[in-house]
Amino acid sequence: MIVVMAVIVFPWAYTIWMSLHEWKVGQAPTFVGFANYMRLPGDARFVESVWHTLVYTVLSVVLPLILGTLAAVVFNNRFPLRGFIRGLFILPMMATPVAIALVWTMMFHPQLGVLNYMLSLVGLPPSLWVFHPGTVIPSLVLVETWQWTPLVMLIVLGGLSALPSEPYESAQIDGATPWQTFRHISLPMIMPFLFIAAMIRMIDAVKSFDIIFAITQGGPGNASETINLYLYSVAFVYYDVGYGSAIVVVFFALIVALAGALLHLRQRTHWNESGGSA
Amino acid sequence: MASQGPSRRALLKGALATSALPALGSLGISATPAFAEPNWKKYAGTTIEANLIKGPRGELLQKYASEFTDLTGIKVESELIPEQQQRQKAVIELTSGKPNFDVIHLSYHVQKRQFDKAGWLADISGFMKDPTLTTPDLTVDDFSPGGRTFAENDKGVMHSLPWSVDYFILYYNKELFAKKNVAVPKTFDEMVVAAEKLNDPSAGIYGFTGRGLRNANMALWTNFFLNYGGEFLDDKGNILTDGPEAIEATKVYQRLMKSAPPGVAGFNWMESMASLTQGRAAMWIDADGWAPPIEDPNASRVVGKIGYTLVPAGPKGQYSSTYGDGIGIAKTSTKKEAAYLYCQWAVSKQMGARLLQSGGGVPFRNSILNDETVRKGVKTQEWLDAVIASAKISKLGLPVIVPVAEFRDLVGSALTATLSGADPATELKKAHEQFRPILERSEKT
Repeated sequence: MIVVMAVIVFPWAYTIWMSLHEWKVGQAPTFVGFANYMRLPGDARFVESVWHTLVYTVLSVVLPLILGTLAAVVFNNRFPLRGFIRGLFILPMMATPVAIALVWTMMFHPQLGVLNYMLSLVGLPPSLWVFHPGTVIPSLVLVETWQWTPLVMLIVLGGLSALPSEPYESAQIDGATPWQTFRHISLPMIMPFLFIAAMIRMIDAVKSFDIIFAITQGGPGNASETINLYLYSVAFVYYDVGYGSAIVVVFFALIVALAGALLHLRQRTHWNESGGSA
Repeated sequence: MASQGPSRRALLKGALATSALPALGSLGISATPAFAEPNWKKYAGTTIEANLIKGPRGELLQKYASEFTDLTGIKVESELIPEQQQRQKAVIELTSGKPNFDVIHLSYHVQKRQFDKAGWLADISGFMKDPTLTTPDLTVDDFSPGGRTFAENDKGVMHSLPWSVDYFILYYNKELFAKKNVAVPKTFDEMVVAAEKLNDPSAGIYGFTGRGLRNANMALWTNFFLNYGGEFLDDKGNILTDGPEAIEATKVYQRLMKSAPPGVAGFNWMESMASLTQGRAAMWIDADGWAPPIEDPNASRVVGKIGYTLVPAGPKGQYSSTYGDGIGIAKTSTKKEAAYLYCQWAVSKQMGARLLQSGGGVPFRNSILNDETVRKGVKTQEWLDAVIASAKISKLGLPVIVPVAEFRDLVGSALTATLSGADPATELKKAHEQFRPILERSEKT
């Protein structure tokens, strides 16, 4: 109980206490009630960062989920060198985020990067990638997808390999196409696994910091500044711990809301522990 | 830094020119000081803690720490921490009132006002005048005006020793200039015209490159702002960077960046340097520390082709935007005198010569920059001439306020927006509407 109080209750109580004070590091805290919270709706950077966080999170969940499921279906079949290729496929997961960020930063360079060179090989025009406000978030999601699609693949592959063979045999007898088999047999049965993968990805994406910070620092302008990055600036660059604490509290509420939405979706579709949907 | 690296002979010559002469004993050189030396051994047996920024400057101190110990008998425990984290650690520890360090490496352009206002550093004015603690050659007048402004508070009390300075200079590709028969610009007007002439996107060559990324771009922009007659603050402490000078400066920045590579809105120094060193950009304005990678044949395609000169003049003057580091002592330290000896050694001529000749930084002390022996040890003389000339026209590149990071972020965002065609006046006004309450809250309380 004491440990729980020390590591969970006290930090939260202290954060809430700080959020009710105007407190810059080096100055004495002054009680201001909910003034820090009242600042939030009028803070254009904060509002923008909430939007960026939502877009970034949704894309970073949906894309790896689709691609990871496709990869799992492919790797669920037997073919030569399957184990070796699967091993290569999961390598990005093992790399250090900052190292990944440095390599991708070089690859994204509009003049000297290999990505634009590859586009030119197939006759496509160059992109500005992370160097333009309009393309920065999709480009960062590309890195996120590249790194974490293998995780989704592993989870779904585990699900697929545990499925019973009888429904597939019946489908084969009925002459179902591969798409029909996947749509009506595999997909409903792997839904619980997809839900777990989505949950893990959501938690990971919403708290993304290192990749974005190392590649764009939230730029160009504020175009890729998520709540996490803004929070970092407020608390650890501007040393405005009172306002930063208010952002933490709101950020926590947002995560709870997202997780609640996902759980609600799960209940509505009647996904359950044993798999299948009603 | 290989190409800029010091030759052993040059370094020893540089060391001979110094008056931190007892240190030479450890190099096996004996010499007689011209003036009375402080009692270096007075605090022998003391151990001090130093909190340093990871990078060439901090690494140099750590590398030669044993020489300081030989000289003084003082043991140094130093930690090197990446810049951002070091700033956070320093502020948190100083706020606690019980920092674990005696000596602190600080970034003046970010922390000066914050440290002054909080009163975190010890007053070393008395130490500077004490002949038992200070070598005769270390005088306040030896530091450049920018360094003194950084180190002293508004009452002229010195709280740190100016250590290493960044002046902004113009880098230009001589080969590209010659090919199009363009003269090196002396003014911003000439520079814009030159950039437009040199710009050749179809060949992958751009007339100019520079920082467009929010926050980082402020360091470039202030060169325009200062030379267009801008002042950061009025005498009541109100911020002035949305006035007519700022708007004119931003228009030039905006126009010049039209000759920059695509994606420049996301460029920091690294991307800009890549464009220059790969021969894809004709001009670049940035801090003076990039000669080593530019002249490194393993990293650059333009070795020997780059010219170094002053930032062009504006209609209201010619200044080089200036940033710097200092080294000070925590007010709560119980070993202030021993810590001061360490700070003094850090800015000594010997260590300054090493810093300059290694390409790791530029000392604030004029006597080091002007020392012929030290100068001979610097490989790229044209670069050194540009640095020395910039020192004479140096001016602080950021306002001395506590919320300098917020200022850089907000005005920097406005500048980035102008690169997409937004109106400078509108963007600057919007940034200042957001910034003014922040300044009110932090500066006027």
